Amino acid sequence: MTPDPVLVFLAMGAVTYVPRWFPLFALANRTLPRILLEWLELLPPAILSALIAPALVTAGCPKHFQLLTPEFCVAVPTFLVAWKTRSLALTVLFGMFLFWIAGMFLQ
Amino acid sequence: METASLDRSSVHDPFPRIFEDGVRAAWPICLGYLPIGLAFGVLAQKGGLSPFEIGLMSLLVFAGSSQFIAVSMMGAGAGLPAVVMTTFLVNFRHFLMSSALAVHLRGMGKGWISLFAYGVTDESFAMNLTRFQDGNWDWKRALVMNQTANAAWFGSTVLGGLGGTFLPAGAFGMDFALMAMFLCLLVFQLRGVFHAVTALLSAACAVVLALLIAGSGHIVAASLLGATLGLALKKFFSRGKGEERS
Repeated sequence: MTPDPVLVFLAMGAVTYVPRWFPLFALANRTLPRILLEWLELLPPAILSALIAPALVTAGCPKHFQLLTPEFCVAVPTFLVAWKTRSLALTVLFGMFLFWIAGMFLQ
Repeated sequence: METASLDRSSVHDPFPRIFEDGVRAAWPICLGYLPIGLAFGVLAQKGGLSPFEIGLMSLLVFAGSSQFIAVSMMGAGAGLPAVVMTTFLVNFRHFLMSSALAVHLRGMGKGWISLFAYGVTDESFAMNLTRFQDGNWDWKRALVMNQTANAAWFGSTVLGGLGGTFLPAGAFGMDFALMAMFLCLLVFQLRGVFHAVTALLSAACAVVLALLIAGSGHIVAASLLGATLGLALKKFFSRGKGEERS
């Protein structure tokens, strides 16, 4: 039997919401130990790299290592533009443009 | 200093100004959500979901990758426990993001915090965190930004479900918008040697773990490893200095 989609979505919503909610509820408006603050300070660069890196240098299913994906080739100059300009708008537009052009060449 | 304070935004600004700032900050996210949301809507509709169900799912779950996975699992006949367990594991990374955001939510009531939590995604986390660190940002603006992104996600998924992509594949490089945004926000996060070391360690761990384990457990594992190793190195190399300061 197939479960009712609405029921599935409700359950999915619940298990997605609780991990989003708990740390905010437990940690906001509190004085935290210094060591935890230092760790939390390093967490964002760690999370962002963990999101970015596999998307750039792995491909296929099951995943395999592949250095010169189109994403990687566009990401390098995009990273440099972000570094030089410090502008989110310029970086996003530059990255999109380059990826668009790269897509045309690869077809 | 006195003149600068006139330009600074504050949590007590009139609502229209807060609303405008929040909506404006969301544009890269909305741009990036559009092609993904449309693609998801098309896929979900092919999988037998009505536009109403697609919209309901986007509102209740609001987590792109897990929605893709759930739709394909349901299409393959998976039961409720399997879909829900997978969703939990895929979305658990938000636990870490909320932990990092919590430090910045000062003076926010519990009710608002509970609403804010609903809008924590990879994208809103990255954007809000950077904004909080810059200053000129507060929980009200963050809340507006989250809900703007949510509206874009909801709208684009329903639109996809209603009939097609409306966008040729690969149009304007929109598929790269979120990656470019993440790259730029990562650059903003590289605020010292140990931030950069942490990022490199985490990137290496994430790639290795992504190859070893299926699913998205590598994001959580690599983030934890990267931040912990980074902090350990920081402590190791600043032993002498640290004692002087404290």
